[in-house]
Amino acid sequence: MIQQKLITKRFGKVNPTSLESYRNHDGYLGLEKALSMHPTKIIDEIETSKIRGRGGAGFPTHIKVRALSKQSGTKYIVCNADEGEPGNFKDRMIMENDPHAILEGMIILAYATGAEKGFIYIRGEYQNAIKLIKSTIKEAEDNHLLGKNILNKNFDFDIEVRSGAGSYVCGEEFALIESIEGKPGRSRVKPPFPTEKGIHELPTLINNVETFANFAHIILMGGDAFAQIGTASSTGTKLISLSGNVKNRGLYEVPFGTSIRDVIFKLGKGVKNNRPIKMVQLGGASGPLIPEYMLDMSIDFDRFENFDSKTGTGAIIVIDDRFDLFDVLLNNMHFFVGQSCGKCAPCREGHTQIVNLLMKFINHQATDKDLMSLENLANVIQQTSLCGLGQTSMTSIISSLRYFRDDYFMKVRY
Amino acid sequence: MILLEEILKKYPKEEEYLIEILLEYQTSKKNHHITSEDVSRISEYLGIPESQVCSVISFYTLLSTKPKGKYVIQVCQNIPCFVNDSQNIYDKIVELLGIHDGETTKDGLFTLELTECIGYCNQSPAIRINTDVYASLTPQKVEKIIDDLRGEKQ
Repeated sequence: MIQQKLITKRFGKVNPTSLESYRNHDGYLGLEKALSMHPTKIIDEIETSKIRGRGGAGFPTHIKVRALSKQSGTKYIVCNADEGEPGNFKDRMIMENDPHAILEGMIILAYATGAEKGFIYIRGEYQNAIKLIKSTIKEAEDNHLLGKNILNKNFDFDIEVRSGAGSYVCGEEFALIESIEGKPGRSRVKPPFPTEKGIHELPTLINNVETFANFAHIILMGGDAFAQIGTASSTGTKLISLSGNVKNRGLYEVPFGTSIRDVIFKLGKGVKNNRPIKMVQLGGASGPLIPEYMLDMSIDFDRFENFDSKTGTGAIIVIDDRFDLFDVLLNNMHFFVGQSCGKCAPCREGHTQIVNLLMKFINHQATDKDLMSLENLANVIQQTSLCGLGQTSMTSIISSLRYFRDDYFMKVRY
Repeated sequence: MILLEEILKKYPKEEEYLIEILLEYQTSKKNHHITSEDVSRISEYLGIPESQVCSVISFYTLLSTKPKGKYVIQVCQNIPCFVNDSQNIYDKIVELLGIHDGETTKDGLFTLELTECIGYCNQSPAIRINTDVYASLTPQKVEKIIDDLRGEKQ
């Protein structure tokens, strides 16, 4: 058994449009238990569970939750469902298969932190999910799970859906906040962090869809039991969006510590037509490109940090030997040229220059100097960009310079 | 403008609802775009400058000031679709409709666009037509989809 189902255990069994069906599958038991606990105790359980954010950066969730709980006055909780990273579809699957689980997690967190208003920010392309989440919220309101005096407790909480309008950068937390305020999604300088000054300058906690879906399980099983799943630094399970040239593409849930090779070959049943793997991209367009010999690496936040990668999204894109490294790099970089918000120069200008340099390699016009320029510029963009977009967009370039350097030399003109 | 007034009525006069208003209005319009008259009316309703409305429209790729066809076909071009031959899907549509990225057919029925990941990488190649997603495509399937949409017109 490679898979361990926690988040996906209800998928296919529960009727996503029925609260009754959700309740018949242990739905809202986590909330009921949470409401019998002191809010501080809930945050203690989250800390004990050692859960880290599932949206990409892997930040320890309890730090943000406790920071929000210490703020006074109006505060917000936001579920980030702006899943725009190419290769990811896990959040869409949770929203479409088990939408109440997201609400339950948000309500638990609202109770724990004293937040009175929540938003679910869903990318505009996910029309099915938007419709379903809106009807799920209505159903929860009709059954005293949202609104005033939730489950007869002295506790009020509302959730509103906000739609994205086609912008990758809005998955970045400050860009998302700007978008919720009705503005173009351009990030802000940190600090202050969202838990200090977020939406309308008020304290705001933002978590990914998958992170929210974990809270009811943490409360029900207890933080200690949750921390037993996975590895010491990365607890719990991870949803993996497996795509590319594999036989069985799809969504899989594995405990942290599972190897990438097992996901591709045991769950994905290997490469289509049994072709050799040229490279695997982890996390999405902002993730590293690794060669076949590195596939025994385990899925674990700390392992990924070794190559400056933020791979909490859990996408694995398999690319077979029919494709050239530069096809993939150019595709990724065109994506970032289009998605940069334009606020800071390294990101706005840098990506265009990276494309120009890559074209030189593709046309066999690059020299040794261009190779150095590419390496330098990639590092400048990564280190000087304002937000997560430019700070991670160069990962495929930087990792390929390390693991596929021969591919560059093959294109250099001597 | 009756349609716009109906939609505006549903939202509080607060600038944070700008994107929601624009999206709902554009989706319900036949040629999927926002005109300069629309911009004036929306800015008046929300009490914000027209430039602010325009800056939002130009920032977000799902919003447009350019008229589009009745059916906007978006072909995903990112890696998971790319390595599953999305180029063949794009080429087939170009062949069938005689238009390229960003263009609209003369009869105003179809607009073709290349787009970023639409989150159906488990069933790539995938395309979006207005709000519906079509996945696990082959050139033959695309031909059938376009024939069916053309048939709806008659």
